[in-house]
Parts: sequence; C-alpha cells; structure tokens
Amino acid sequence: MTSSINWFRFASPASFFPLAQRLAPWFAVSAALLAIVGIYLGFFVAPTDAQQGEAYRIIFIHVPAAWVSMFIYIVMAFWCAMSLTFNTRLAAMMAQALAPTGALFTFIALWTGALWGKPTWGTYWAWDARMTSELILLFLYFGYMALRNAIDDPRRADRASAVLALVGAINVPIIYFSVKWWNTLHQGASVSLTSAPTMARIMVAGMLVMAFAAWFYAIAVTLLRVQAIILERERATGWVGELAGAARGAK
Amino acid sequence: MTPFDAAIAGETSAGAWSGVGWAVARDLRLALRSKAELGVQLLFYVIVVSLFPLGVGPEPALLRAIGPGVLWVAALLASLLSLSRIFGSDFGDGALEQMALSPYPLPALISGKIAAHWLTGGLPLVVISPLLGMQFGLSGGELTVLSAGLLLGTPILSLLGAIGAALTLGLRAGGGLLALLILPLYVPVLIFGAGAVDAVRGGQSGGAQLSLLAAGLLVAIVGAPLASATAVRIALD
Repeated sequence: MTSSINWFRFASPASFFPLAQRLAPWFAVSAALLAIVGIYLGFFVAPTDAQQGEAYRIIFIHVPAAWVSMFIYIVMAFWCAMSLTFNTRLAAMMAQALAPTGALFTFIALWTGALWGKPTWGTYWAWDARMTSELILLFLYFGYMALRNAIDDPRRADRASAVLALVGAINVPIIYFSVKWWNTLHQGASVSLTSAPTMARIMVAGMLVMAFAAWFYAIAVTLLRVQAIILERERATGWVGELAGAARGAK
Repeated sequence: MTPFDAAIAGETSAGAWSGVGWAVARDLRLALRSKAELGVQLLFYVIVVSLFPLGVGPEPALLRAIGPGVLWVAALLASLLSLSRIFGSDFGDGALEQMALSPYPLPALISGKIAAHWLTGGLPLVVISPLLGMQFGLSGGELTVLSAGLLLGTPILSLLGAIGAALTLGLRAGGGLLALLILPLYVPVLIFGAGAVDAVRGGQSGGAQLSLLAAGLLVAIVGAPLASATAVRIALD
C-alpha cells in the first residue's frame, strides 16, 4: 500500500506544483547545454556531406524535431489514457500542456524539411509518406487544441479531448502506413531517405545530442506551462490563494 | 408498446441487439419523415462532384485520372455535412439523455443510430456513384471497385464521424471544428478507397485495398460505438 501512496502523491496538482517548479530550470539548463554541444558538433565538427554538401546540416534540427513531435503525441495520448482511467486532473493538465509544444515541433519538422527538400530534392514539398503523415499529425494537434478551446467547462474539455487524442493515437500508425502504401502505389519517391549513404558516426552523435536537447526543452516548457495551467485552474483553492498572498507580500 | 417502453417498464430484458434494432427503426422513421433533408445531402454530393469538371476542364483523360479521388473527397465532405444529424436534434430535445438513462446499453443504441445514418446518408451516395463515375469516364471494372470501396468505406465515415459529432455536441464552434477533428481521421479511408480504383487501372485487382477497408470497417464497428458512447456521456455530464 505504501508504494501506491507514493505513486499517487504527485498526482495532486498541489504537490506536483512545487516539484514542477523545482525541476523545470534543471531541464531548461540541460536543454541549453545539450543544444550548444549538439550545434557545435553539427555545424563545426561534423564533416561536409559528399553528396548533399552543407545543406544536409539541417538534419540536426529537422530529425530531432520530427522525433520529438511524434514522441510528444504518444506521451500526450498516455496522459489522456491516465486521465480517462483514473480521472486525475493532473494527467489532463499534462496532456494540455504538451499539445502546443508538440504542434511546435511538428511545424519545425515540416518547415525545416521543406527547406532541406529544396536544395536536395529540388522541391519544397513532395507528398512523401513521412511528410504527409507529419502534416496530418499537425492537424491532429490542432484538432486537439481546438476542441479543448471550444469547451468552456475544463473537466468536460479534459475528457472530450482525451477521447479525441486516443482515437487519434490509434489512427496515427494507420495513417502512416496508408500514406506510405499510397505513395508507393502512385510512384516511387525520386529520392529516398533510406538510400542515403550511411552517416558518419559524428553526424549520428550530433543528431542524438540535439534530440535530447529538443526532448529536455519539451519537458522544461511543458513543466512551465503546466504550472500556469495548475494556477489558473486551481485558483479557487486555498494553497493557490496562499501562494498568491505570499507573492504579493514579497513585493 | 414499443420494445423501448417495455424495456423502461422492466417487462423485457434490455438486450443489446433489440437496442440496436429499436434505434435503427426509430432513426429511419424520423429520417424518412424529413425526406427533403436526405435529398440535400445527396444533391450536395452530386453538385460537388459536378463542379470539378467545370474547375479543371473537360479533357476526358484528366477527368478519368482524377475521377475516383473526386468522388471520394466529395463523399467525405457529404458525410461530414450530415454528421450533426446523428445526435444533434436528440441532444437538443433531451432524447439522447433518455437513451443514456434507458436500460439498453448506450453503445448499442448509438450503433443503431449510426446504422440508420449510413442507411439514409451513405447508402444513397453509394448507389448514385456509378452514375457519377460514368460522367468521369470510368470503365466498368473501375466502377465496380469504386462502388465496392464506397460500400465498405462510407460506413467507416459514419462510424468515425459519430465520435466527432458526439465530442462536439452543444459546442458553439460546431461545424468547422468537426471538420478539423474528423477529416484527418478520414485520410486512410480516402487513400484505400481511391487507391483500389487506381490499382484496377494499373492492372491489379484492388483486392488488397478493399480487404484493408473491410478490416477498417470491422475495427470501426467494434470501437467507434464505444468511443461515441463515452463521448456522449461526457457531453451529457
């Protein structure tokens, strides 16, 4: 029993708030340090690609953004499942806090992909399977946020958007494979990512470091955003009132 | 006494199948009383399809190439247009709340409502599609696969759409929001449906795509009523 009590201790917004407050700066600093290392590796240490020239260096932004954009949707769906199953407010708040960052990374992945495609493929947009499913992922994020914003009652917004996120999560693999098969049925992609020459080890290292930087950034921002959401939604509670009073007293 | 009244009175056990049957019969009767509304959805489909040749030009080769995609996209939009019909008026007049309180399992009632929605909205669209396909110069084999695809695919649209319709019940944002929620989820249906016709054109059977649509339909039949029932309960809370 003691372990279950420990598990759920931080499920209460009141006890999670100080934890988020304490953790967020650590993740932010780690993200900044990793980003500096990753950009240094990517832009100064990694050699110029024999085929793609300097343009390939955009993968140090693009690939981590794409990974994190998909990973955030999975995490969001996980919190939504938690929120529906255990009916915890904090799980729904976490999902709510994750969505804008997920949409941001999806957008960055699409944008940098287009910038990379122009010099490499000769076109900004190619209806490639990955690009198309990434675009649909962006629509799913927008749909999730739009549904949340359209519902005034926060508890109903929590549960309705959780159902939507879970239905979307079931659909994401189906969408990915359907787009992939659709693409191969219509025509072979003119340039395939997988046929690119195997990457130098230093490039992979740079990409991984950048992926961790993006991931830690996402955690830091989510923790910041969830603090704001907690304060906004728990404003009627005593502990938020004390917190506000203390802040006012400090001034 | 209808089975519904009987079930409320506790005289019969409220089985899932009788719930489905009751909901289908009720919604069909209601839909057939407002035939004009049904005609509107079908006309919308016909008009959207007819606009494309005006937009892209009448070259037969081009029309033949885009035909299946146009018919499918128009079917998606027509389905979207009619989704509010599934729960809208029942939510407005409180009938939906009565259904949620009834001894019938709510997913069964919702399955019936979705079935009735497809019978009155999706099925007429499937029936008229070969005619529209001929306008785009599709051959006999292509028309057969197109119709088979629509027959398997349009129920998926109703089933997935019901989830979105239930989630947006009573919201001001309404129609536009529903499109944003549901159209991305329709993508696989569109790809496999239009892809089946392309496969026939490329000399294959199109059986793979139709099998995938059938598989999707089975998954949706099991999952969508449950998700819709959850969403309806959330909306009624």
